[in-house]
Amino acid sequence: MTEKVRIAQLSCGPEYSGVQKEIYDAASMVDAEVFFPDIALSDVQQGFSEFGLDVRSPDLKLAIARAKALVEGRIDADAVFIATCFRCAEAAIVRNELRRYIHENSALPVVSYSFTERTTSGTLLTRMEALTTIARRRALLAREVQEGITLGIDSGSSTTKAVVMKDNEIVGTGWLPTTEVLKSADGVVDLALQEAGLRLDDIEAIGTTGYGRYLIGKKFNAQLIQEELTVNSKGAVYLADRQHGPATVIDIGGMDNKAISVQDGIPGTFTMGGICAGASGRFLEMTAKRLGVDITELGPLAMKGMGNTVPMNSYCIVFGTQSLVNALAEGSAREDVAAAACHSVAEQVFEQQLQEVDIKEPVIMVGGTSLIQGLVRAMGELLQTEIVVPPHSQYIGSVGSALLASGYIRGE
Amino acid sequence: MVKVFIYPATSLILSDMVARFGHEPLGSAIGIRERIQTPGFESPPLQITPEEPKKGLKWAAVEVPSGVRGRMAVYGPLIEEAEAAIIIKDPDYAFGCMGCARTNELIQFHLRNKGIPVLDVAYPTSDEEGVGFVAAVKEFLTGLKMEESA
Repeated sequence: MTEKVRIAQLSCGPEYSGVQKEIYDAASMVDAEVFFPDIALSDVQQGFSEFGLDVRSPDLKLAIARAKALVEGRIDADAVFIATCFRCAEAAIVRNELRRYIHENSALPVVSYSFTERTTSGTLLTRMEALTTIARRRALLAREVQEGITLGIDSGSSTTKAVVMKDNEIVGTGWLPTTEVLKSADGVVDLALQEAGLRLDDIEAIGTTGYGRYLIGKKFNAQLIQEELTVNSKGAVYLADRQHGPATVIDIGGMDNKAISVQDGIPGTFTMGGICAGASGRFLEMTAKRLGVDITELGPLAMKGMGNTVPMNSYCIVFGTQSLVNALAEGSAREDVAAAACHSVAEQVFEQQLQEVDIKEPVIMVGGTSLIQGLVRAMGELLQTEIVVPPHSQYIGSVGSALLASGYIRGE
Repeated sequence: MVKVFIYPATSLILSDMVARFGHEPLGSAIGIRERIQTPGFESPPLQITPEEPKKGLKWAAVEVPSGVRGRMAVYGPLIEEAEAAIIIKDPDYAFGCMGCARTNELIQFHLRNKGIPVLDVAYPTSDEEGVGFVAAVKEFLTGLKMEESA
Protein backbone atom coordinates (compact mmCIF):
# COMPACT_ATOMS: atom_id res chain seq x y z
CA MET A 1 0.00 0.00 0.00
CA THR A 2 1.29 3.45 -0.86
CA GLU A 3 1.97 5.92 1.90
CA LYS A 4 -0.81 8.41 2.50
CA VAL A 5 -0.27 11.87 1.04
CA ARG A 6 -0.35 14.38 3.89
CA ILE A 7 -2.35 17.46 3.04
CA ALA A 8 -2.08 20.39 5.45
CA GLN A 9 -5.37 22.22 5.90
CA LEU A 10 -5.37 26.00 6.37
CA SER A 11 -8.89 27.12 6.96
CA CYS A 12 -11.51 29.20 8.68
CA GLY A 13 -15.06 27.97 9.13
CA PRO A 14 -15.40 24.47 7.67
CA GLU A 15 -16.02 22.92 11.10
CA TYR A 16 -18.90 25.30 11.73
CA SER A 17 -20.22 25.02 8.20
CA GLY A 18 -20.57 21.28 8.61
CA VAL A 19 -18.27 20.51 5.67
CA GLN A 20 -15.21 19.30 7.55
CA LYS A 21 -16.36 15.73 7.14
CA GLU A 22 -16.69 16.26 3.39
CA ILE A 23 -13.08 17.44 3.29
CA TYR A 24 -11.93 14.35 5.18
CA ASP A 25 -14.04 12.10 2.94
CA ALA A 26 -12.67 13.60 -0.28
CA ALA A 27 -9.11 13.14 0.99
CA SER A 28 -9.67 9.53 2.03
CA MET A 29 -11.09 8.71 -1.42
CA VAL A 30 -7.67 9.49 -2.92
CA ASP A 31 -5.74 7.83 -0.09
CA ALA A 32 -4.70 11.13 1.42
CA GLU A 33 -4.83 12.43 4.96
CA VAL A 34 -5.85 15.95 5.88
CA PHE A 35 -4.27 17.41 9.01
CA PHE A 36 -4.10 20.72 10.83
CA PRO A 37 -0.50 21.88 11.30
CA ASP A 38 0.23 21.84 15.01
CA ILE A 39 1.87 25.02 16.25
CA ALA A 40 2.40 26.74 19.59
CA LEU A 41 0.55 29.82 20.82
CA SER A 42 3.70 31.93 20.51
CA ASP A 43 4.00 30.86 16.85
CA VAL A 44 0.52 32.22 16.22
CA GLN A 45 1.29 35.60 17.70
CA GLN A 46 4.62 35.84 15.92
CA GLY A 47 3.32 34.33 12.69
CA PHE A 48 0.68 36.81 11.70
CA SER A 49 2.57 39.87 12.90
CA GLU A 50 5.56 38.88 10.74
CA PHE A 51 3.34 38.12 7.78
CA GLY A 52 2.06 41.68 7.97
CA LEU A 53 -1.63 41.09 7.27
CA ASP A 54 -3.50 42.39 10.30
CA VAL A 55 -6.80 40.57 9.99
CA ARG A 56 -9.45 40.62 12.71
CA SER A 57 -10.35 36.94 12.62
CA PRO A 58 -8.34 34.78 15.04
CA ASP A 59 -8.89 31.69 12.87
CA LEU A 60 -7.38 33.49 9.89
CA LYS A 61 -4.46 34.58 12.09
CA LEU A 62 -4.00 30.92 12.96
CA ALA A 63 -4.10 29.98 9.27
CA ILE A 64 -1.40 32.55 8.51
CA ALA A 65 0.83 31.23 11.31
CA ARG A 66 0.33 27.67 10.09
CA ALA A 67 1.26 28.70 6.54
CA LYS A 68 4.47 30.25 7.86
CA ALA A 69 5.30 27.03 9.71
CA LEU A 70 4.82 25.04 6.50
CA VAL A 71 6.94 27.37 4.39
CA GLU A 72 9.69 27.50 7.00
CA GLY A 73 9.78 23.70 7.10
CA ARG A 74 8.77 23.42 10.75
CA ILE A 75 5.86 21.19 9.69
CA ASP A 76 6.10 18.42 7.11
CA ALA A 77 3.40 18.21 4.46
CA ASP A 78 3.07 16.97 0.89
CA ALA A 79 0.44 19.49 -0.22
CA VAL A 80 -1.71 22.33 1.10
CA PHE A 81 -5.47 22.80 1.00
CA ILE A 82 -6.74 26.30 1.81
CA ALA A 83 -10.46 26.51 2.58
CA THR A 84 -12.55 29.42 3.81
CA CYS A 85 -16.19 30.43 3.73
CA PHE A 86 -17.60 31.63 0.43
CA ARG A 87 -18.74 35.29 0.78
CA CYS A 88 -16.22 36.27 3.46
CA ALA A 89 -14.19 39.21 2.19
CA GLU A 90 -11.51 38.98 4.86
CA ALA A 91 -11.06 35.26 4.26
CA ALA A 92 -10.84 35.85 0.50
CA ILE A 93 -7.92 38.21 1.05
CA VAL A 94 -6.13 35.76 3.34
CA ARG A 95 -6.87 32.79 1.08
CA ASN A 96 -5.34 34.51 -1.90
CA GLU A 97 -2.30 35.86 -0.07
CA LEU A 98 -1.54 32.51 1.57
CA ARG A 99 -1.86 30.66 -1.72
CA ARG A 100 0.55 33.11 -3.34
CA TYR A 101 2.94 33.02 -0.35
CA ILE A 102 3.13 29.22 -0.30
CA HIS A 103 3.44 28.98 -4.08
CA GLU A 104 6.31 31.49 -4.17
CA ASN A 105 8.18 30.24 -1.13
CA SER A 106 7.86 26.47 -1.27
CA ALA A 107 7.48 23.57 -3.69
CA LEU A 108 4.22 22.46 -2.10
CA PRO A 109 1.26 22.10 -4.45
CA VAL A 110 -1.57 24.21 -3.16
CA VAL A 111 -5.23 24.60 -3.96
CA SER A 112 -7.68 27.05 -2.45
CA TYR A 113 -11.41 26.69 -2.22
CA SER A 114 -14.31 28.72 -0.87
CA PHE A 115 -17.04 26.48 0.45
CA THR A 116 -20.68 26.78 1.36
CA GLU A 117 -22.56 24.46 3.69
CA ARG A 118 -23.60 22.55 0.58
CA THR A 119 -20.07 21.64 -0.50
CA THR A 120 -19.80 17.88 -0.92
CA SER A 121 -16.87 15.48 -1.02
CA GLY A 122 -17.68 14.88 -4.70
CA THR A 123 -17.04 18.54 -5.45
CA LEU A 124 -13.73 18.43 -3.61
CA LEU A 125 -12.61 15.09 -5.02
CA THR A 126 -11.03 16.37 -8.26
CA ARG A 127 -9.04 18.97 -6.33
CA MET A 128 -7.82 16.46 -3.75
CA GLU A 129 -6.98 14.00 -6.51
CA ALA A 130 -4.93 16.64 -8.31
CA LEU A 131 -3.09 17.56 -5.10
CA THR A 132 -2.21 13.93 -4.38
CA THR A 133 -1.21 13.24 -7.98
CA ILE A 134 1.20 16.16 -7.99
CA ALA A 135 2.64 15.07 -4.66
CA ARG A 136 2.78 11.36 -5.44
CA ARG A 137 3.38 11.09 -9.15
CA ARG A 138 5.90 13.71 -10.13
CA ALA A 139 7.79 11.06 -12.12
CA LEU A 140 4.72 10.31 -14.18
CA LEU A 141 4.02 14.00 -14.79
CA ALA A 142 7.59 14.47 -15.96
CA ARG A 143 6.86 12.31 -19.04
CA GLU A 144 7.39 14.44 -22.14
CA VAL A 145 7.06 11.97 -25.02
CA GLN A 146 4.28 9.55 -25.89
CA GLU A 147 5.47 6.07 -26.74
CA GLY A 148 3.80 2.99 -28.25
CA ILE A 149 0.10 3.01 -29.08
CA THR A 150 -2.15 4.54 -26.45
CA LEU A 151 -5.72 5.70 -26.17
CA GLY A 152 -6.97 8.68 -24.16
CA ILE A 153 -10.65 9.19 -23.38
CA ASP A 154 -12.04 12.41 -21.92
CA SER A 155 -15.62 12.18 -20.67
CA GLY A 156 -16.63 15.81 -20.13
CA SER A 157 -19.94 17.25 -19.02
CA SER A 158 -20.82 18.41 -22.55
CA THR A 159 -18.70 16.33 -24.89
CA THR A 160 -16.77 13.09 -24.93
CA LYS A 161 -13.49 12.94 -26.77
CA ALA A 162 -10.97 10.21 -27.63
CA VAL A 163 -7.53 10.27 -29.15
CA VAL A 164 -5.30 7.46 -30.37
CA MET A 165 -1.60 8.27 -30.26
CA LYS A 166 1.23 6.34 -31.84
CA ASP A 167 4.91 7.16 -31.38
CA ASN A 168 4.29 10.72 -30.24
CA GLU A 169 1.77 11.46 -33.01
CA ILE A 170 -2.00 11.83 -32.89
CA VAL A 171 -3.29 9.28 -35.40
CA GLY A 172 -6.99 9.17 -34.58
CA THR A 173 -9.61 11.41 -32.97
CA GLY A 174 -13.25 11.06 -31.96
CA TRP A 175 -15.69 13.68 -30.68
CA LEU A 176 -19.34 13.31 -29.66
CA PRO A 177 -21.78 15.12 -27.38
CA THR A 178 -22.03 13.40 -23.99
CA THR A 179 -25.35 11.62 -23.64
CA GLU A 180 -25.05 8.24 -21.97
CA VAL A 181 -21.53 8.25 -20.59
CA LEU A 182 -20.54 4.74 -21.71
CA LYS A 183 -22.34 4.92 -25.05
CA SER A 184 -20.67 8.23 -25.91
CA ALA A 185 -17.30 6.77 -24.91
CA ASP A 186 -17.83 3.70 -27.12
CA GLY A 187 -18.73 6.04 -29.98
CA VAL A 188 -15.64 8.24 -29.72
CA VAL A 189 -13.32 5.27 -29.29
CA ASP A 190 -14.74 3.68 -32.46
CA LEU A 191 -14.27 6.95 -34.35
CA ALA A 192 -10.69 7.38 -33.15
CA LEU A 193 -9.73 3.78 -33.89
CA GLN A 194 -11.33 3.99 -37.31
CA GLU A 195 -9.36 7.10 -38.20
CA ALA A 196 -6.17 5.51 -36.89
CA GLY A 197 -6.84 2.28 -38.78
CA LEU A 198 -6.33 0.29 -35.60
CA ARG A 199 -8.32 -2.08 -33.39
CA LEU A 200 -8.83 -1.93 -29.64
CA ASP A 201 -6.51 -4.95 -29.29
CA ASP A 202 -3.67 -2.88 -30.73
CA ILE A 203 -3.86 -0.38 -27.86
CA GLU A 204 -1.09 -0.87 -25.32
CA ALA A 205 -2.35 1.45 -22.59
CA ILE A 206 -5.48 3.48 -21.91
CA GLY A 207 -5.99 6.65 -19.89
CA THR A 208 -9.30 8.24 -18.92
CA THR A 209 -10.19 11.65 -17.54
CA GLY A 210 -13.20 13.95 -17.06
CA TYR A 211 -16.37 13.50 -15.04
CA GLY A 212 -16.99 9.96 -16.36
CA ARG A 213 -13.39 8.82 -15.86
CA TYR A 214 -14.09 6.14 -13.24
CA LEU A 215 -16.98 4.53 -15.08
CA ILE A 216 -15.20 4.52 -18.43
CA GLY A 217 -11.88 3.58 -16.87
CA LYS A 218 -13.46 0.50 -15.34
CA LYS A 219 -15.16 -0.51 -18.56
CA PHE A 220 -12.05 -0.14 -20.73
CA ASN A 221 -9.79 -1.48 -18.01
CA ALA A 222 -7.71 1.69 -18.14
CA GLN A 223 -4.24 1.81 -16.63
CA LEU A 224 -4.60 5.53 -15.83
CA ILE A 225 -7.73 7.11 -14.38
CA GLN A 226 -6.89 10.71 -13.68
CA GLU A 227 -8.65 13.98 -12.93
CA GLU A 228 -8.50 16.67 -15.59
CA LEU A 229 -6.41 19.27 -13.76
CA THR A 230 -3.11 17.43 -14.03
CA VAL A 231 -3.99 15.73 -17.30
CA ASN A 232 -4.94 18.99 -18.99
CA SER A 233 -1.86 20.81 -17.70
CA LYS A 234 0.35 18.12 -19.14
CA GLY A 235 -1.61 17.93 -22.38
CA ALA A 236 -1.51 21.71 -22.82
CA VAL A 237 2.23 22.16 -22.42
CA TYR A 238 2.84 19.08 -24.59
CA LEU A 239 0.67 20.31 -27.47
CA ALA A 240 1.92 23.87 -27.19
CA ASP A 241 5.51 22.60 -27.01
CA ARG A 242 6.14 24.50 -23.78
CA GLN A 243 7.10 21.62 -21.52
CA HIS A 244 9.78 23.60 -19.73
CA GLY A 245 9.42 26.76 -17.71
CA PRO A 246 6.25 28.45 -16.55
CA ALA A 247 2.87 28.51 -18.29
CA THR A 248 -0.74 29.23 -17.45
CA VAL A 249 -3.43 26.89 -18.71
CA ILE A 250 -7.02 28.08 -19.06
CA ASP A 251 -9.75 25.59 -19.82
CA ILE A 252 -13.27 27.00 -20.02
CA GLY A 253 -15.35 23.86 -19.88
CA GLY A 254 -18.97 23.00 -20.36
CA MET A 255 -19.73 23.09 -16.67
CA ASP A 256 -16.69 24.38 -14.86
CA ASN A 257 -13.53 26.25 -15.62
CA LYS A 258 -9.97 25.48 -14.75
CA ALA A 259 -7.11 27.91 -14.41
CA ILE A 260 -3.79 26.27 -13.71
CA SER A 261 -0.37 27.73 -13.03
CA VAL A 262 2.16 25.25 -14.43
CA GLN A 263 5.91 24.89 -13.99
CA ASP A 264 7.74 22.37 -16.19
CA GLY A 265 4.43 20.66 -16.94
CA ILE A 266 3.56 20.22 -13.27
CA PRO A 267 0.64 22.22 -11.86
CA GLY A 268 1.54 24.45 -8.91
CA THR A 269 -1.65 26.23 -8.03
CA PHE A 270 -4.99 25.85 -9.64
CA THR A 271 -8.59 26.81 -9.31
CA MET A 272 -11.54 24.91 -10.55
CA GLY A 273 -15.08 26.07 -10.44
CA GLY A 274 -16.83 29.22 -11.40
CA ILE A 275 -19.70 30.88 -9.64
CA CYS A 276 -22.25 29.81 -12.16
CA ALA A 277 -22.54 28.16 -15.56
CA GLY A 278 -22.91 31.72 -16.86
CA ALA A 279 -19.13 31.84 -17.05
CA SER A 280 -18.74 28.62 -18.98
CA GLY A 281 -19.04 26.94 -22.32
CA ARG A 282 -22.66 26.14 -21.53
CA PHE A 283 -23.57 29.83 -21.73
CA LEU A 284 -21.85 30.11 -25.12
CA GLU A 285 -23.70 27.04 -26.33
CA MET A 286 -26.95 28.64 -25.29
CA THR A 287 -25.98 31.93 -26.92
CA ALA A 288 -25.28 30.13 -30.19
CA LYS A 289 -28.64 28.38 -30.00
CA ARG A 290 -30.47 31.65 -29.35
CA LEU A 291 -28.65 33.33 -32.24
CA GLY A 292 -29.57 30.43 -34.49
CA VAL A 293 -26.00 29.43 -35.33
CA ASP A 294 -23.96 26.31 -34.69
CA ILE A 295 -21.50 26.62 -31.79
CA THR A 296 -18.67 26.36 -34.36
CA GLU A 297 -19.97 29.51 -36.04
CA LEU A 298 -20.18 31.55 -32.85
CA GLY A 299 -16.45 32.39 -32.81
CA PRO A 300 -16.26 33.79 -36.35
CA LEU A 301 -19.51 35.68 -35.74
CA ALA A 302 -18.14 37.21 -32.54
CA MET A 303 -14.96 38.28 -34.35
CA LYS A 304 -17.08 40.50 -36.59
CA GLY A 305 -18.86 42.18 -33.65
CA MET A 306 -18.10 44.81 -31.06
CA GLY A 307 -18.65 43.32 -27.61
CA ASN A 308 -18.56 46.61 -25.74
CA THR A 309 -21.72 47.92 -27.42
CA VAL A 310 -23.92 45.35 -25.66
CA PRO A 311 -24.15 45.12 -21.86
CA MET A 312 -24.04 41.47 -20.85
CA ASN A 313 -24.20 40.04 -17.36
CA SER A 314 -23.13 36.44 -17.18
CA TYR A 315 -22.53 36.18 -13.43
CA CYS A 316 -25.37 33.69 -13.57
CA ILE A 317 -26.69 31.91 -16.64
CA VAL A 318 -30.19 33.21 -15.93
CA PHE A 319 -29.03 36.84 -15.75
CA GLY A 320 -26.90 36.25 -18.84
CA THR A 321 -29.88 34.94 -20.76
CA GLN A 322 -31.91 37.97 -19.70
CA SER A 323 -29.18 40.29 -21.04
CA LEU A 324 -29.04 38.28 -24.24
CA VAL A 325 -32.79 38.42 -24.84
CA ASN A 326 -32.93 42.12 -23.94
CA ALA A 327 -30.07 42.99 -26.27
CA LEU A 328 -31.68 41.19 -29.20
CA ALA A 329 -35.08 42.71 -28.41
CA GLU A 330 -33.51 46.17 -28.47
CA GLY A 331 -32.21 45.52 -31.96
CA SER A 332 -28.54 44.79 -31.26
CA ALA A 333 -26.65 43.10 -34.09
CA ARG A 334 -26.13 39.35 -33.74
CA GLU A 335 -22.40 39.82 -34.22
CA ASP A 336 -22.28 42.29 -31.34
CA VAL A 337 -24.32 40.00 -29.10
CA ALA A 338 -22.01 37.08 -29.91
CA ALA A 339 -18.96 39.22 -29.11
CA ALA A 340 -20.55 40.44 -25.88
CA ALA A 341 -21.29 36.87 -24.78
CA CYS A 342 -17.67 35.88 -25.39
CA HIS A 343 -16.43 38.97 -23.57
CA SER A 344 -18.69 38.37 -20.56
CA VAL A 345 -17.54 34.76 -20.18
CA ALA A 346 -13.90 35.82 -20.46
CA GLU A 347 -14.51 38.62 -17.97
CA GLN A 348 -16.12 36.31 -15.44
CA VAL A 349 -13.27 33.80 -15.67
CA PHE A 350 -10.81 36.68 -15.36
CA GLU A 351 -12.55 38.15 -12.33
CA GLN A 352 -13.56 35.00 -10.52
CA GLN A 353 -10.72 32.62 -11.19
CA LEU A 354 -7.66 34.15 -12.75
CA GLN A 355 -7.26 36.38 -9.72
CA GLU A 356 -6.44 33.22 -7.79
CA VAL A 357 -3.57 32.00 -9.94
CA ASP A 358 -0.40 33.77 -10.95
CA ILE A 359 -0.60 34.48 -14.64
CA LYS A 360 2.69 33.62 -16.26
CA GLU A 361 3.23 33.61 -19.98
CA PRO A 362 2.61 31.76 -22.17
CA VAL A 363 -1.12 31.60 -21.52
CA ILE A 364 -2.44 28.46 -23.19
CA MET A 365 -6.16 28.07 -23.80
CA VAL A 366 -7.47 24.56 -24.28
CA GLY A 367 -10.73 22.64 -24.47
CA GLY A 368 -13.56 22.99 -26.94
CA THR A 369 -14.12 26.65 -26.10
CA SER A 370 -10.59 27.54 -27.22
CA LEU A 371 -11.87 27.07 -30.78
CA ILE A 372 -14.24 30.00 -30.29
CA GLN A 373 -12.00 32.79 -31.62
CA GLY A 374 -14.13 35.53 -30.09
CA LEU A 375 -13.56 34.09 -26.63
CA VAL A 376 -9.82 33.72 -27.15
CA ARG A 377 -9.64 37.31 -28.40
CA ALA A 378 -11.61 38.59 -25.40
CA MET A 379 -9.37 36.71 -22.98
CA GLY A 380 -6.25 38.01 -24.74
CA GLU A 381 -7.55 41.57 -24.44
CA LEU A 382 -8.27 41.16 -20.74
CA LEU A 383 -4.90 39.61 -19.99
CA GLN A 384 -3.03 41.89 -22.39
CA THR A 385 -1.21 38.99 -23.93
CA GLU A 386 -1.17 36.77 -26.98
CA ILE A 387 -3.04 33.58 -26.11
CA VAL A 388 -1.61 30.30 -27.39
CA VAL A 389 -4.18 27.84 -28.75
CA PRO A 390 -2.28 24.67 -29.61
CA PRO A 391 -3.37 22.30 -32.38
CA HIS A 392 -5.93 19.69 -31.23
CA SER A 393 -6.65 21.92 -28.22
CA GLN A 394 -10.21 20.58 -28.04
CA TYR A 395 -8.80 17.09 -27.35
CA ILE A 396 -6.61 18.27 -24.51
CA GLY A 397 -7.84 15.78 -21.88
CA SER A 398 -7.60 12.84 -24.27
CA VAL A 399 -4.11 13.82 -25.42
CA GLY A 400 -2.90 14.29 -21.84
CA SER A 401 -4.37 10.91 -20.88
CA ALA A 402 -2.85 9.12 -23.88
CA LEU A 403 0.52 10.75 -23.18
CA LEU A 404 0.58 9.88 -19.48
CA ALA A 405 -0.87 6.40 -20.05
CA SER A 406 2.14 5.52 -22.21
CA GLY A 407 4.13 5.57 -18.98
CA TYR A 408 2.31 2.38 -18.03
CA ILE A 409 3.38 0.38 -21.10
CA ARG A 410 6.67 -0.46 -19.45
CA GLY A 411 5.20 -0.24 -15.99
CA GLU A 412 6.68 3.09 -14.90
CA MET B 1 -28.13 32.76 40.03
CA VAL B 2 -28.00 34.56 36.68
CA LYS B 3 -27.14 33.08 33.29
CA VAL B 4 -24.12 35.08 32.11
CA PHE B 5 -22.91 34.91 28.50
CA ILE B 6 -19.15 35.17 28.39
CA TYR B 7 -17.12 36.63 25.57
CA PRO B 8 -14.76 35.13 24.47
CA ALA B 9 -17.11 32.19 24.85
CA THR B 10 -14.15 29.79 24.85
CA SER B 11 -12.56 31.38 27.92
CA LEU B 12 -12.23 28.87 30.74
CA ILE B 13 -10.91 31.58 33.09
CA LEU B 14 -13.98 33.73 32.58
CA SER B 15 -16.26 30.70 32.83
CA ASP B 16 -14.63 29.81 36.14
CA MET B 17 -14.96 33.35 37.50
CA VAL B 18 -18.67 33.45 36.70
CA ALA B 19 -19.22 30.09 38.40
CA ARG B 20 -17.17 31.13 41.47
CA PHE B 21 -19.44 34.09 42.02
CA GLY B 22 -22.49 31.84 41.97
CA HIS B 23 -23.77 32.31 38.43
CA GLU B 24 -24.13 30.04 35.41
CA PRO B 25 -21.65 30.76 32.60
CA LEU B 26 -22.94 30.44 29.05
CA GLY B 27 -20.01 29.69 26.75
CA SER B 28 -18.69 27.40 24.04
CA ALA B 29 -18.45 24.39 26.33
CA ILE B 30 -22.22 24.42 26.85
CA GLY B 31 -23.04 24.94 23.17
CA ILE B 32 -20.66 22.32 21.91
CA ARG B 33 -21.43 19.75 24.63
CA GLU B 34 -24.85 19.21 23.14
CA ARG B 35 -23.37 18.43 19.73
CA ILE B 36 -20.66 16.14 21.01
CA GLN B 37 -23.12 14.18 23.11
CA THR B 38 -25.72 13.84 20.38
CA PRO B 39 -25.48 10.32 18.98
CA GLY B 40 -25.64 9.81 15.24
CA PHE B 41 -23.83 12.96 14.20
CA GLU B 42 -20.80 12.25 12.08
CA SER B 43 -19.16 15.53 11.28
CA PRO B 44 -15.94 16.02 13.23
CA PRO B 45 -14.57 17.77 15.15
CA LEU B 46 -17.59 19.62 16.54
CA GLN B 47 -20.21 17.28 15.11
CA ILE B 48 -21.77 20.12 13.25
CA THR B 49 -23.70 19.18 10.15
CA PRO B 50 -24.87 21.33 7.22
CA GLU B 51 -28.11 21.69 9.18
CA GLU B 52 -26.47 24.15 11.58
CA PRO B 53 -25.97 26.95 9.02
CA LYS B 54 -29.66 26.57 8.18
CA LYS B 55 -30.58 26.97 11.85
CA GLY B 56 -28.17 29.91 11.96
CA LEU B 57 -30.44 31.74 9.51
CA LYS B 58 -32.42 32.81 12.56
CA TRP B 59 -29.55 35.09 13.57
CA ALA B 60 -27.69 35.79 10.31
CA ALA B 61 -29.06 36.25 6.79
CA VAL B 62 -28.40 33.88 3.91
CA GLU B 63 -25.87 36.29 2.37
CA VAL B 64 -23.65 35.76 5.39
CA PRO B 65 -20.87 33.12 5.10
CA SER B 66 -21.87 29.60 6.15
CA GLY B 67 -19.28 29.57 8.93
CA VAL B 68 -20.91 32.57 10.57
CA ARG B 69 -24.34 30.96 10.41
CA GLY B 70 -22.97 27.66 11.75
CA ARG B 71 -21.35 29.48 14.66
CA MET B 72 -24.52 31.42 15.33
CA ALA B 73 -26.41 28.12 15.54
CA VAL B 74 -24.13 27.30 18.48
CA TYR B 75 -24.08 30.74 20.16
CA GLY B 76 -27.53 32.06 19.19
CA PRO B 77 -29.51 29.86 21.60
CA LEU B 78 -27.10 30.79 24.41
CA ILE B 79 -27.51 34.51 23.69
CA GLU B 80 -31.27 34.04 23.84
CA GLU B 81 -30.93 32.40 27.25
CA ALA B 82 -28.52 35.02 28.58
CA GLU B 83 -29.63 37.31 31.39
CA ALA B 84 -26.32 39.17 31.57
CA ALA B 85 -23.05 39.28 29.65
CA ILE B 86 -19.37 40.00 30.12
CA ILE B 87 -17.46 41.17 27.04
CA ILE B 88 -13.68 41.30 27.14
CA LYS B 89 -12.29 43.66 24.54
CA ASP B 90 -9.32 42.51 22.44
CA PRO B 91 -8.46 39.46 24.53
CA ASP B 92 -5.23 37.59 24.06
CA TYR B 93 -5.27 34.25 22.22
CA ALA B 94 -4.44 32.42 25.42
CA PHE B 95 -7.40 33.91 27.26
CA GLY B 96 -9.92 32.44 24.84
CA CYS B 97 -9.98 32.48 21.08
CA MET B 98 -13.06 33.22 19.00
CA GLY B 99 -12.41 32.16 15.40
CA CYS B 100 -14.48 34.42 13.20
CA ALA B 101 -14.29 38.21 13.44
CA ARG B 102 -17.68 38.74 11.78
CA THR B 103 -19.41 36.29 14.14
CA ASN B 104 -17.83 38.07 17.08
CA GLU B 105 -19.22 41.41 15.93
CA LEU B 106 -22.67 39.87 15.54
CA ILE B 107 -22.57 38.17 18.96
CA GLN B 108 -21.71 41.45 20.67
CA PHE B 109 -24.40 43.29 18.73
CA HIS B 110 -27.07 40.77 19.77
CA LEU B 111 -25.97 40.91 23.41
CA ARG B 112 -26.15 44.71 23.50
CA ASN B 113 -29.52 44.71 21.75
CA LYS B 114 -31.04 42.38 24.33
CA GLY B 115 -31.12 45.05 26.96
CA ILE B 116 -29.44 42.88 29.60
CA PRO B 117 -26.69 44.09 31.95
CA VAL B 118 -23.40 43.97 30.01
CA LEU B 119 -19.94 44.48 31.42
CA ASP B 120 -17.40 45.75 28.90
CA VAL B 121 -13.88 45.39 30.16
CA ALA B 122 -10.51 45.73 28.45
CA TYR B 123 -8.13 42.80 28.49
CA PRO B 124 -5.40 43.59 31.06
CA THR B 125 -1.84 44.07 29.89
CA SER B 126 -0.13 44.60 33.26
CA ASP B 127 -0.39 43.29 36.84
CA GLU B 128 -2.10 46.47 37.93
CA GLU B 129 -4.66 46.26 35.15
CA GLY B 130 -5.11 42.58 36.00
CA VAL B 131 -6.15 43.43 39.53
CA GLY B 132 -8.55 46.05 38.22
CA PHE B 133 -9.90 43.55 35.70
CA VAL B 134 -10.74 40.93 38.34
CA ALA B 135 -12.23 43.62 40.60
CA ALA B 136 -14.48 44.88 37.78
CA VAL B 137 -15.71 41.38 36.98
CA LYS B 138 -16.28 40.67 40.69
CA GLU B 139 -18.21 43.88 41.18
CA PHE B 140 -20.40 43.19 38.13
CA LEU B 141 -21.18 39.61 39.19
CA THR B 142 -21.86 40.59 42.80
CA GLY B 143 -24.14 43.35 41.53
CA LEU B 144 -26.10 40.75 39.57
CA LYS B 145 -26.72 38.85 42.78
CA MET B 146 -28.05 41.95 44.45
CA GLU B 147 -30.30 42.74 41.47
CA GLU B 148 -31.63 39.21 41.62
CA SER B 149 -32.42 39.35 45.34
CA ALA B 150 -33.98 42.81 44.98
